[in-house]
Parts: sequence; C-alpha cells; structure tokens
Amino acid sequence: MPLLDEEPRAYPRVLIATRSMDENHTGNWRTMRPVIDAKACTGCNICWKLCPEACVDLTDKVPEIDMDYCKGCGICVAECPAKCVDFIAESAS
Amino acid sequence: MKKVLSGNHAAAVGAQLARVQVSVGYPITPATQVFEAIAEMKSKGEFPGEFIAAESEHSVMAALLGASTAGARTFTATSSHGLAYMHEVLHWVAGARLPIVMIDVNRALAAPWNLWTDQTDSLSQRDTGWMQTYCSTNQEVLDTVLMSFKIAERVMLPSMVVLDGFTLSHSYEPVDVPSQADVDAFLPPFRPELKLDPDQPITFGSLTQPKDYLRLRRRMAADMAEAEDAIEEAGREFGELFGRAYGQLDPYRCEDAETILVTSGAVGSTARAAVDALREKGLKAGNLRLRAFRPFPAKALRAFVRPGMKLAVVDRNYSPGMGGIFAQELKAALYPRPGVSVHGYVTGLGGGDITVELLKEVWERVDEAPPAEIPAATWVEDAR
Repeated sequence: MPLLDEEPRAYPRVLIATRSMDENHTGNWRTMRPVIDAKACTGCNICWKLCPEACVDLTDKVPEIDMDYCKGCGICVAECPAKCVDFIAESAS
Repeated sequence: MKKVLSGNHAAAVGAQLARVQVSVGYPITPATQVFEAIAEMKSKGEFPGEFIAAESEHSVMAALLGASTAGARTFTATSSHGLAYMHEVLHWVAGARLPIVMIDVNRALAAPWNLWTDQTDSLSQRDTGWMQTYCSTNQEVLDTVLMSFKIAERVMLPSMVVLDGFTLSHSYEPVDVPSQADVDAFLPPFRPELKLDPDQPITFGSLTQPKDYLRLRRRMAADMAEAEDAIEEAGREFGELFGRAYGQLDPYRCEDAETILVTSGAVGSTARAAVDALREKGLKAGNLRLRAFRPFPAKALRAFVRPGMKLAVVDRNYSPGMGGIFAQELKAALYPRPGVSVHGYVTGLGGGDITVELLKEVWERVDEAPPAEIPAATWVEDAR
C-alpha cells in the first residue's frame, strides 16, 4: 500500500490549465463516428438543425461534422431523410 | 486611538484598516451593521475598496470567489441562515485556496425562528476547509480580522472570524483602534502567486482525477497544520507591535487548577469572572478559552493538559445525536487521555444567558463529579 507520507511534501495548492477552453476537445468521448456520403446528401441541413452539440457546420451543400466536438450520439444518422450518414466504429476509422 | 465600538463596527474598522479591496454583502440580523458601517465609510470616501450589494449570500461568496481569484483582498460578514446558504461556495473557496476573511455573527438556526447567539451556525461549517477563530471582546474582533488576513494569506486558506450575536455584535466596548501606518507595517498587501490575468490566461478548478484530488486535499491538510504555527506567530508579532498578544488557546489562572472551564467566544470573558469568584472561595479554578477551532488546536491542548485534570466544556451549540461540538472535538483531540476527563455541558442555545453564577455551578458540579467517562452532554440553563 503506497503511503503518501513518503512522497515529497511540496505539492501544488491548486492545479491550473494554461490552454484555452477552446482546445478542450470532447471528440475523444466518441465511440461511433458519423460519416456523410457526399454523393447521396441532398443538402437539406436536417443534421445541422438537430445536432444537440451544434457541431455540424453549414457549407454550400454537404455539411461538415466537427470531429473535435462530435460525441457520436447518432441523431444525425437516425434523422437523415436521405439515409446518407453512415455510423462506423471509431476503432475502424 | 480609543473608540467606543460595537462588535460589528469593530469588524468593519478592521476591514478598513486591512485595506480590503472588495467587500460584498447581503444583510442578515445580527450582522447587517457591518455593511451599514462599510457603506457609510464608502460614502464618505473612507473605505478604500469596492463595496457590492449582492442579491443573496450564495452570490456574495461567489462574487468574493471571483474577486479573490483576481488577486483582491476580500471581506464579508454574515450569520446563521446566510452562512448556511453560502455552504456550497464555502467548500469551493477553500478548495480553490482563496484567503477570504469573513465575519460570522453567531445566531441560532431555525426552525423555530430565533435571532440570538448560538454557535451551531459556524460549527456546522467545520468541514468546509475554513479556519475559524472565536472572539471574546470587540477589541479581539478588530485584532483578529487583521491577524486573519495575515494568517490566511500565508497558508492560502479562508478564515472565519466568529463573534456572539448581540452579546458582542451589538454591545459597545472601548476598542483601541491602531493607526493605519502600524497596520500597514503588520499587514503587507496581498500578492498571490497565481491570479486571473488577461495577459496570461489560465484556467482554475478544472476536472481533476482522484490521484490529484487526494494530493490536493493532503496539501490542504499540511497547510492547516502550518496554520497552527501561523496563528501563534501572527499572534506573537501582533503582541510585539500592538501590546496585545494572542494564541490558539487563552488560559486564565490555570497554573495549579485541577478543574477547568473550557469556553469559547464571549462566554470566555464571563468565565474569567466566575474563576475569580471561585478562587476567592479558595477553590483551584481555571478557564481555558479556545480561540482557534479550525485548525483544531490539538497539539496545544495535548501540551496543556495534565493527568488528573477535569475539563468542564461549555457548549453553546449542539450536534443532534452526538452532543456539544467543542466537547466532542476535545475528546477526539485528547484521545487516549492521560487521566483527563471531559465533562460536556450544553447550555445557552438560542441566546440563553450564560452567567457567572451558571458557570460557577457548572464548575462546582464537575469538581465534585467522579472523573469517569461521561458520554452524554448534561443540559443546563441559568435559573435567574
């Protein structure tokens, strides 16, 4: 059993982060990844409208999913009228 | 310069002399006068810092959390339900290691409504990581505000200065108000190692894993232990500069005493009169007043007690299902006791008078009692 008394006494009073919260990427929570089939996409933007994390970005036609923040909930996969969003295991991508 | 001040006004003058930069408040009886005094000083241009009236006590402590993180010296006052409402943020402030100083004017918690003194409000915040000091005179309130900033900013833990509702908060006493120059010599400006700074942005208090959390709390334990020394050193230095020395304990006529009243707050001064009266009858009475409650002065207490001593602990507070809180903490700190017995007395809850006569009766009852284990508290009140 490790005794903390054997560690040096000096430990910081507070821990701080020096990076911006913008870099607090949460995409690594994802186990499944949505992949849009650009050829089949009609550009209806239903995925943009329904994404609970607001991480689908609008483009001229095929939306782009921001993988730094997408948590892989699968709502866009289920709701796409054209059924053009694949859902693949993160380990396979 | 000597002035006639109430306990609340002595607290406000202490904050003024400490050059508090941000004070945030929300009114509650019997602590409201602290802010009335600060607001009056502010309107006359005599209070150096900002004064903000918040919409609740929870917001008071949240605002101070921000101001202190930005590197300001911060101060507030509250009581009873106001303190209870702050509870969540008290933990945050201590964990964030912010040396905020707060006055708590002791007042009973409802139900039923009661406005008078009772220590259960402050004592029920004992596990938040705040230091706590109990004062027995208005002079000590002013002095303790100054010392608390010095101690808190050394060990980077927040500090609660506690005084009895009405008994001290609304009673007027002569108070020696030190000069600004002398206070400045004792208390240098607050200069934290880390603070919020737009030029060097950093994030505080982010999600922390168990291994780090355990070590942060262990560091807090080390700083609480250092605070025991810091209280003694600040009290000695204060004595050298101002002629009034303080420590964790305040013993009175205890040298040859075998039965000792153990008191805190304003009862500590009443107990001196009780001890004098008992001594006049030839009885070996003493009073031990506890100033520090967090960190609990366990080392100092173990050095103080002698085998054969009987301690009559007067608790103006009660932890339902356990007993008087000072008595319980004292037993834990002294265990295993070398022939010392602790006798707990619960009295004066909700502002009941704790008189010289009552304290004499408690002392005599304990002096005659066998030095046996008394697990439960004895409940008493003043008959007059």
